[in-house]
Amino acid sequence: MSVTVDVAVVGAGPAGLAAAVAAAEAGARVAVVDAGNQPGGQFWRHAPETVQRQAADVQADGHGHHGWNTYLDLRARFDAAQHAGRITYLPGLQVWMAERSEDGFVLRTTPAVASAGAAPVTVTADRLVLCPGGYDRQLPVPGWDLPGVLAAGGIQAFIKANGVLPGKRFVIAGTGPFLLPVAAGIAEAGGKVLAVLESSAPSAWLPHLAAASGVPGKALEGAEYAAAFARHRIPYRTRSIVTEVLGSDRASGVRTARVDPAGRVRPGTERVYGDVDVVGFGWGFTPQMELPVSLGVETRLDADGSLVGVVDDRQQSSVPGLYLAGEVTGVGGATLAVLEGLAAGAAAARPDPGVPVKPPAAIARHRRFAQAMHQAHPVPAAWQDWLTPDTTVCRCEEVTAGDITEAREDLGARDVRSLKSFTRAGMGWCQGRVCGFAAACLGAGPGEAPGAGSLAGSAKRPLAAPVGIGELAALDG
Amino acid sequence: MNPQPVTITFDGRPLTAAAGQSVGAALASQGVTAWRSTRKGGRPRGLFCGIGVCFDCLVTVDGETNQRACLVEVCEGMEVEGS
Repeated sequence: MSVTVDVAVVGAGPAGLAAAVAAAEAGARVAVVDAGNQPGGQFWRHAPETVQRQAADVQADGHGHHGWNTYLDLRARFDAAQHAGRITYLPGLQVWMAERSEDGFVLRTTPAVASAGAAPVTVTADRLVLCPGGYDRQLPVPGWDLPGVLAAGGIQAFIKANGVLPGKRFVIAGTGPFLLPVAAGIAEAGGKVLAVLESSAPSAWLPHLAAASGVPGKALEGAEYAAAFARHRIPYRTRSIVTEVLGSDRASGVRTARVDPAGRVRPGTERVYGDVDVVGFGWGFTPQMELPVSLGVETRLDADGSLVGVVDDRQQSSVPGLYLAGEVTGVGGATLAVLEGLAAGAAAARPDPGVPVKPPAAIARHRRFAQAMHQAHPVPAAWQDWLTPDTTVCRCEEVTAGDITEAREDLGARDVRSLKSFTRAGMGWCQGRVCGFAAACLGAGPGEAPGAGSLAGSAKRPLAAPVGIGELAALDG
Repeated sequence: MNPQPVTITFDGRPLTAAAGQSVGAALASQGVTAWRSTRKGGRPRGLFCGIGVCFDCLVTVDGETNQRACLVEVCEGMEVEGS
């Protein structure tokens, strides 16, 4: 099947929903491709709508969500535009290849779940808005490949979608404000959070930063989490890390330590938490950059060290007709993503306004807040010291930290692409999505952070999603 | 919210899940945390990223190999196999 529209939107999370609604309401014919089975993305992930529900359930879905009324508003407008024939909604499909054509873009898709029965669709569009979002950034640590270790966002997604917990006794570790809602969500769902370990020391940052940046809503969120932590007696330990996940065939505990501001372990501060069945890690987020990179957009390093796309005041990338919104322009959360999505969708619908466009001031405020947040929660400079030579870095191909440092020292492999060819790190099923940042750091060397070139090498994936031979064979021309 | 229970099989064993749950959630909430072994080290794997990015949780669903357990929704009679 193929669909031809004015504007194609990839992703139906906060940015994608907003972009689709804005473009459709400005008069464009829009197609929305999303890997999920229902709108919302990761942030507004909710119980499956396929299960018979009542009106009260839709409100209940909002429990634990921020900006749920924004979602309900965007969703109502999205559904209305779909009924009016302005939006063609293509759920359950992943884009495996995006190409520029003579006068626009072509997206080739494949079902996210083979058994779900969604047929591949080719989407042709004059303009394209990419809103692929992001996922938890990971730093390897001994034992992180044991079952029972989950991405922090994976735990949250599990609870939001399934209404149950993936275990009983949790330790959450890493850095960033996102650890707070994850831990609060676990406790609200009845789980025991033994500790939240934050590698930085963001003492009382949130209210001040939020006020200084002009986004008071963030201070309210912070106060809510503080209340939840107090109510559930969740210990929040700053300048603390998990140095090892304990267990033989599944996680059963963690060894922790206090660290100095650079992330070096302070001797004598080790401590063991036993009887843990789920360990959640999150070190900020990695924007999903493979589609923007494959289309050749100009990129830069953001304050959190992530590779992101450069956009102008109308969210347009360096590629004419290609707009970016949400985490791929810089990790900044859902409120910012919605604002960017609205701007991108409106601009993509009317590519030639004839007058300069002033971006909403709120976008600038939220970007400032995000920058401050990133600076308060850096990836610890000394994190590579936590590894042992036999620590798995690439989970797919089972490549260890020792394999990678050897390739760096003996073979001069300092960027992700060389490391990949010498060690196979990043060559497995996930194509380096999980280990790409860590491998890039290891290639750069102890205490070093990777440059944009190395990260772009990691994000350069010939296929943006695994695809069957049949779909490759069906390519015409 | 009380979704209907459905019965699936995991490696031939019957397992009760809630309608709409993911295969990964159905397994994990029954205490099954690993359902795959790695090729090189034979190490156990189950859910990790939980959102379809990492491919650690691959299972065979009704004969279709390499499906992400975190994305596939259970349905009555579904046959799930580890590897």
